[in-house]
Amino acid sequence: MSRNTLYDNVWEKHKVAELPNGQDQLFIGLHLVHEVTSPQAFGMIRERDLEVAFPDRTFATTDHIVPTTPEGRERPLVDDQAENMLQALERNTSESGITFFGLDGEKQGITHVVAPELGLSQPGMTVACGDSHTSTHGAFGSIGVGIGTTQIRDVLATGCIAAEKQKVRRIEVTGSLGDGVYAKDVILKIITDLGVGGGVGHVYEYGGEAIRTLGMEGRLAVCNMSIEGGARAGYVNPDETTYEYLKGREYAPSDDEWDEYVEYWESIRSSEDAEYDDIVEVDADGLAPMVTWGINPGQVVSVDEPIPDLDAMEDDTARKAARKAFEHMGHSPGDTMEGYDVDVAFLGTCTNGRLSDFREAARVLEGRHVDDGVRALAVPGSETVRTQCEAEGLDEVFREAGFQWRRAGCSMCLAMNNDSLGAGEVCASSSNRNFIGRQGDKDGKSVLMSPAMVAAAAVEGEVVDVRGYDEVAN
Amino acid sequence: MPVRNKAEIRRVAGTGVPLRGNDVDTDQIMPARFMKEVTFENMGKYVFYDARRDDDGERNDHPFNEYRGANILIVNKNFGCGSSREHAPQGLMRWGIRGVVGESFAEIFEDNCKSLGIPAMTTDRATVEELQSFVEADPDAGLELDVESETVVYDGREVGVEIDGAMKEALVEGTWDTTAVMHSNMDRVRETANGLPYVEDR
Repeated sequence: MSRNTLYDNVWEKHKVAELPNGQDQLFIGLHLVHEVTSPQAFGMIRERDLEVAFPDRTFATTDHIVPTTPEGRERPLVDDQAENMLQALERNTSESGITFFGLDGEKQGITHVVAPELGLSQPGMTVACGDSHTSTHGAFGSIGVGIGTTQIRDVLATGCIAAEKQKVRRIEVTGSLGDGVYAKDVILKIITDLGVGGGVGHVYEYGGEAIRTLGMEGRLAVCNMSIEGGARAGYVNPDETTYEYLKGREYAPSDDEWDEYVEYWESIRSSEDAEYDDIVEVDADGLAPMVTWGINPGQVVSVDEPIPDLDAMEDDTARKAARKAFEHMGHSPGDTMEGYDVDVAFLGTCTNGRLSDFREAARVLEGRHVDDGVRALAVPGSETVRTQCEAEGLDEVFREAGFQWRRAGCSMCLAMNNDSLGAGEVCASSSNRNFIGRQGDKDGKSVLMSPAMVAAAAVEGEVVDVRGYDEVAN
Repeated sequence: MPVRNKAEIRRVAGTGVPLRGNDVDTDQIMPARFMKEVTFENMGKYVFYDARRDDDGERNDHPFNEYRGANILIVNKNFGCGSSREHAPQGLMRWGIRGVVGESFAEIFEDNCKSLGIPAMTTDRATVEELQSFVEADPDAGLELDVESETVVYDGREVGVEIDGAMKEALVEGTWDTTAVMHSNMDRVRETANGLPYVEDR
């Protein structure tokens, strides 16, 4: 059992009581709400004549169903169901006194992009949201967990969830990342090493040289995909990088309170003598850009290496799953992902929809143009990110390169809005899930990769190795 | 279908539906485009919607087409991974599923099952495969999940399975609706909140 880890420390500070079934009642310090998973929960508390217990600790935005074209956002939305969901959230938040970053506001965006950039997500918090990518907020040294709608009801009504402590796995990422290799590659490597179910029952603590030297946006990308490895939560201990990022943000502590907060943040870090349930080492030295070759986020390979050999797989179930992936993706034995034809390039999402992601992609696109056959979308993770990008002139780089420059939303990550993958189309995507049908048509194919890799794939019309690509003559 | 409250769930009996394969994600169970409804009412119709259809839209031989009327789902490893959407277990429940047995479950999915009063029980791969084969050989044969004694009864046999302790306690005692029990602790919730530097005292 773990001891003196950040997870243990934060849990203890938020534990309210032990419940009759042996679970802990855990206080949730930040509850994030969006339009898709919350309307039923508001309905449930209304039925029981209960009110929102901590409206000032609850923040809402709309992301999953929103159109990302400027004209598509005119109200009422063309899609009746989407309009209906949006109205339900507007009504629910205004009736409950919950702050809502609405569609027409400057702060709207994807929940897991908005809360960090506004300084809402902070070290030593518990964060919950009806969305599995709530693990993202662990980048600050908080415990972020995705919950179901009935649990949203619990958080709305009581400010708490019923939960059991998980095991803590330390993931020590040694070495440093080479040019053209990013946080996304690190997390894809971790998921393929440990498996998509490897983290079930565990929380991941990411540390080591390669994590320590990452900026906050890289750490957010790593923690975001903890859930793709089966770990409901993942975190990085807070440090100067964290504090520097937070300072001056809208909801971050003021200068007057700053020292008091830092004291708290330092107090919840994993201590030197912390004990973990297990420790895993991953070497970032020499890591190549990673891409998915199959239909789950653990089916990952270095861009320049052959995809796995079916016949070499000893486990029958794994081989069957791989064969299904081969058929879906149209692979032949010995193929590499390098050279795999691409029809759509998609930049954005709660994994990689932040300023640094667009900067890296723009660096690749500067002076280049998207391949004729490629439909390319750049979708900022929030309106704040869009404004930042536009202030730097990045939107022009994307437009000139042939990308559509959009407004903020989840967009083609999950095709609950106007953006979706057509039958047979292949998408080079900076998102987090390559499940069949995830991005649209069930015959669509998703290849997950870093934003720089997406940009290079857009230009070439096929998956390429972005390392050294900058130097290649156009 | 009414929400079942305060109900003790000690056993589930009926017929089975075997669904082979690891890492079945919630996007498969409930494609995102069906989540634009603000209630769970219709989710039973959409469960495994794409997987159950051929390219031309015709029903295929997916287990959820072949084993209609079943109420015990038998799955392999890491079932329900991916998105947190409760729409997935809601869809399974409204289709008729009352209990699940498998090699392992994704955590959020398992929590959602508990929220809905659906026992999610685990056992080793050999036992799961045997159960799947048993149902495939005789789809009308009866099965029984006994939550209290942690067993599956089938074919005149009784096999031990496991269930998370908290889930078992909640189901057997009928306390799987957590809002009421947690709401009775609101004074202590405020006390805990007031002890945190980032929450304003109230």
